Amino acid sequence: MSALLEVEALTKHFPVRRGLLGRAIGLVRAVDSISFTIEVGATLGLVGESGCGKTTTSKLVLGLERPTSGAIRFQGEDVLTLDRAALRRYRRSVQAVFQDPYASLDPRMRVGSIIAEPLVINERMDRAARRRRVLELLELVSLPPRAAELFPHEFSGGQRQRVAIARALALSPRLVVLDEPVSALDVSIRAQILNLLRDLQKRLGVSYLFIAHDLAAIAHMSHTIAVMYLGQIVEWGSADAVALEPRHPYTQALFSAALPIDFDASREEIVLSGEVPSPLSPPAGCRFHTRCPHVMPRCATEEPPLRPHANRLVACHLY
Amino acid sequence: MPPLVVDVRDLRTHLVTRWGTVKAVDGVSFALGEGETLGLVGESGSGKSMTCLSLVRLVPRSAARALGGQVLLDGEDLLAKTEAEMQKIRGRRIAMILQDPMSSLNPVFSIGMQMREPVALYHGLRGRALTARAAELLAAVRIPSPAQRLRSFPHQLSGGMRQRVVGAMAIAAPPRLLIADEPTTSLDLTIQSQYLGLLTELQERHRFALIFVTHNLGIVAKMCDRVAVMYAGRIVETGPVRRLLTRPAHPYTRALLESIPRLGTRSERLTAIEGQPPDLARLPRGCAFAARCPSVMDRCRAEAPPEIAVEPGHWTRCWLEMPASGTASSGAPA
Repeated sequence: MSALLEVEALTKHFPVRRGLLGRAIGLVRAVDSISFTIEVGATLGLVGESGCGKTTTSKLVLGLERPTSGAIRFQGEDVLTLDRAALRRYRRSVQAVFQDPYASLDPRMRVGSIIAEPLVINERMDRAARRRRVLELLELVSLPPRAAELFPHEFSGGQRQRVAIARALALSPRLVVLDEPVSALDVSIRAQILNLLRDLQKRLGVSYLFIAHDLAAIAHMSHTIAVMYLGQIVEWGSADAVALEPRHPYTQALFSAALPIDFDASREEIVLSGEVPSPLSPPAGCRFHTRCPHVMPRCATEEPPLRPHANRLVACHLY
Repeated sequence: MPPLVVDVRDLRTHLVTRWGTVKAVDGVSFALGEGETLGLVGESGSGKSMTCLSLVRLVPRSAARALGGQVLLDGEDLLAKTEAEMQKIRGRRIAMILQDPMSSLNPVFSIGMQMREPVALYHGLRGRALTARAAELLAAVRIPSPAQRLRSFPHQLSGGMRQRVVGAMAIAAPPRLLIADEPTTSLDLTIQSQYLGLLTELQERHRFALIFVTHNLGIVAKMCDRVAVMYAGRIVETGPVRRLLTRPAHPYTRALLESIPRLGTRSERLTAIEGQPPDLARLPRGCAFAARCPSVMDRCRAEAPPEIAVEPGHWTRCWLEMPASGTASSGAPA
């Protein structure tokens, strides 16, 4: 496999200002020097609790935010130094599907126009060719051709998410950012969409950056999983290694909190005390040390680097 | 069997709307003893929340034309009470914790102001004793430095802390029945485990009956003694949690369990439930799940199945479980 997207030491800091004209009074380290790779045709699952920097990461990858420092390479090319035309090509290759299909589709546009919009903007296509492409995309997400004539409110949540997926695929992207794509859907509908996304990946060879808080869904969908805590990646490895044999104490607690349905799963539950510290003033040393059940003296002073251990990368002084 | 706290019999809540009569809750029965937990599971629109609101009679008054059946709390029928009597029961004998703590708390009053109200009402305390009792309650839900927190406003607390404050208010009385409607859905995973632990601890101390509404079967497995699975306003299957999650009888329960990704199932394809839940204003004549059921028979479309006992304490509304001899033995909880 070859790398499609490589992210290196990516950092995004947001200044916190007070007042109207605002003197900066602090810095939110939303994403702090993270590195990961997404392979062609593979899925990277990004896991972490609210405020850990998942969404900022996805915005950086989508080019909606400019990083403070670091590099994003797409097919070997540095995205941050691209000229306008190349940047436009990059943006076509990276698309997104968001959580709420009630908010992400314009209620006054017909589904056909919604799906065709990226084509109108980016491709020189005549009307007939566009129409053919829309029907092709509808077929791809298993919606009937007549769906093109209807408005979003005539669809259920699951069907709307299919429309959003069809729109994201209109320009044949190489990478799709899936930001909580099934969280707003009913339990019985989620499996339909997850299956569809996997079928599409097999058929089109597209890569996914999959963000969700449902850990079982992440483990099911992803080839590799990166776990974030307070803007940093604490563990990154193959989905099975991270989900089934987590090594970082935070990953362990997280996956033990994802309660299993099976009764024979004899896993001990780790309940963390305290809450996630503010990213305005993250703890010194290892950022997790204030809640870690295995905390040692050096954790408070020395930041553990992300280094290889047991078929993955993990940032912890235990290893 | 512990002493019975709630006994719901054939509860019906029908809402009259422009689009027709919506049978939001249609013949729901269950019973719950002291210290017991019932998990109420189902999709949005299946009637979980409406069932809970009907128990405390908080359904939208203008729309609820038909509220039928019985809700017995320690033997008294709540549906026969006057509104004034209900006001004394709500928050005192039945408490609720809702999904979004911000909608249960008033943003312009301090936590202390809001805590003092239920405490003053139920304990008749005033002044310093009142403040001390409110702080005690915050300490009981493990809020650090409770005396200072009484001066905080809701927006100054994290989501987990706010939900703890709601929990503290719920146990101010303490209640006989606690209804928790998706209490952890807005919380992060590690905070969710803390909160679930706290609820279990409070239940052990106060022995209240707990109705836990959720769509997360993992939480059900951890928290509940029994489960009731709702579909289109009815309980389609109920039984002890372990039995129901390992040997479900209703095709909907089975499909739900199979459609959920589990850790270590990467290679397998999820079994999706095709189609959509039915429109509650236009329910089919027969079984409401028939259109999506993989084992549907002619009878399912013609006739809605009754409660059929699979074994004592475990029953389902599915013709597949009908004994060959023909007569249905009702397995509704006594």
